[in-house]
Amino acid sequence: MTVENVTRLDERLSKPTVRAVKDTRAYTAFRIVNATLLVVIAALTLYPFVNLAAQAFSSESYINAGQVNLWPQGFNLTTFDLVMSDRMFWRNYQNTVYYTVVATVVAMFLTTTFAYAISKYHLRGRTVFIGIAVFTMFFNGGLIPNYVLVNELGLRNSVWAIALPNAISVFNLLVMKSFFENFSTELEEAAEIDGLSTYGKLARIVLPLSKAVIATMVLFYAVSFWNSWFAAFLYMDHRELYPVTVYLRNLIAGATSVDGAAGSAEATQIAANVKAVTMLLTVLPIVCLYPFVQRYFVSGVMLGSVKQ
Amino acid sequence: MQAQQQDVHPVRVAPPPSDAPARRPDERRRTWRRAVRRDWQLYSLLVLPLLFFAVFRYVPMIGNVIAFRRFRPGGSIFGEEWVGLHYVRMFINDPTFWNVFQNTLVLGVLSLVIIFPLPIVLALMLNELRSRRFKRVVQTISYLPHFMSIVIVAGLVFQLTAMRGTVNQIITAVGGDAIGFMQLPEWFRTIYISSEIWQTVGWGTILYLAALSTIDPQLYEAARIDGANRWRQTWHVTLPGIRPTMVVLLILNIGSFMAVGFEKILLLYNPLLYPTADVIATYLYRVGIGSSQFSYATAIGLFEALIGLTLVLSANAISRRVVGASLW
Repeated sequence: MTVENVTRLDERLSKPTVRAVKDTRAYTAFRIVNATLLVVIAALTLYPFVNLAAQAFSSESYINAGQVNLWPQGFNLTTFDLVMSDRMFWRNYQNTVYYTVVATVVAMFLTTTFAYAISKYHLRGRTVFIGIAVFTMFFNGGLIPNYVLVNELGLRNSVWAIALPNAISVFNLLVMKSFFENFSTELEEAAEIDGLSTYGKLARIVLPLSKAVIATMVLFYAVSFWNSWFAAFLYMDHRELYPVTVYLRNLIAGATSVDGAAGSAEATQIAANVKAVTMLLTVLPIVCLYPFVQRYFVSGVMLGSVKQ
Repeated sequence: MQAQQQDVHPVRVAPPPSDAPARRPDERRRTWRRAVRRDWQLYSLLVLPLLFFAVFRYVPMIGNVIAFRRFRPGGSIFGEEWVGLHYVRMFINDPTFWNVFQNTLVLGVLSLVIIFPLPIVLALMLNELRSRRFKRVVQTISYLPHFMSIVIVAGLVFQLTAMRGTVNQIITAVGGDAIGFMQLPEWFRTIYISSEIWQTVGWGTILYLAALSTIDPQLYEAARIDGANRWRQTWHVTLPGIRPTMVVLLILNIGSFMAVGFEKILLLYNPLLYPTADVIATYLYRVGIGSSQFSYATAIGLFEALIGLTLVLSANAISRRVVGASLW
């Protein structure tokens, strides 16, 4: 939508004639039904989270009796103490932070340099380089060849098994490319006349003025690495190396026990509230950040769709 | 400025018409050399990312040859000796393979038919709201599940479908008997599709809402003057306006048709659910990683990937012919 269109749209909306068209009774009825439905949809979407929080603060017996839905029953914080004092949980939580940071840095470096180079229309071989990247969106080597490769490269049990195989997301790459394509050429030409090399232009002119898209891409990558579990599940052999998602996966699958609960005879039967607390702690950073960063994601996706 | 640019990028000068085709490779090499000399810094930025694509994307593609060679753990990643179509014949004669193939198709079709239209409907519903704040609140809530780890989603599914979970509480409240959802294969598809809807539909509306905001309001006015009511305006103006977006997303969905939620199914299923839950991806995971039959699993994976590629290419070709919109 061009600026011209936006202003014209604003004029239209402020014109009384548009609103003066009276709704028919049927349309009013539709609007009420529509709004009600949307409220129901929003409530249903939120319900699993509300239920999760309620279980996390409830005591085990109420959950097993099926009495916990919207509100905690038998409110207590002992489960939190139990999970928080589990050394392995914290260890894995730290791993998640570490893996996310390393993988995001690697991903950002590779994505930014590649996107910047292929955003230059005059670059010889540009379409070939773009093609090399885009083709991998539609065809890939598959699970087994990737698995064999990562093992052969000796990446097992290291952060690189998580960071390297997923270092460039082609979608993010295309978003950055289209952003750089729209970057002011005059500014770069001026910098070139002032004697800046390509590296200098990228580091001193382009990147400082691209904070919005960089922030968006960092968020995209960080969230996906924070949430990922499968790579670690495949390539990490020791409990001390797991990210918290794998810890959680094992908890849900009933294969791990929290240290404090391990004494009980049925160590595999993990209390429902322990699961709930662990899940809650895992999603907490995302849920807390989410209201503030959500609009960046939205604009990032829209930026990516422009080219399509 | 223009002259300056001509100096900096001499390649842009049109080459003289070539009379002798024999000289062309030589000329091409020279312009490449010139391009590299001029843009070597840009090319240097490409080195590491290209290395990434070569090693982690294209080597595995070539690694697919182990579907036709016998792979021994510890040996070459391209296998030891040719066995031709041995492994392909193996899965064609494998009854389990056809069972998981069928499950993949069923889940793929259900996802496409049920989940693809829902974001369009939700976007149209959101578009009818007049209160911007209400609209933003609903959108924010509907996007949230998209940011959850698949592990969390699986955890929530287990929690809600537990014997004393919310779903069973509702069932017993209306007089039914509690259902052991996670032990009954006939329930798996419902559970899988419902959780997919919960997680993806809100996020799926983004592109449609973007497309809706670009429709020229004059079209609505014209339609109104022609006597179109709201419903007809939606039918004749709104839907055609978002058609290109619909087509592009449909092609993309068809492309990922075979790759139905591998990670989610891996987290959710158990041997009791195999009759409906086991798909090609999970089967090849068990065969490959679980039982270390790398060559056999690769053959299955290659088959799956080729179907996916064929589907994307044909969907794209068909839509370019029929509706004139395509991915490339």
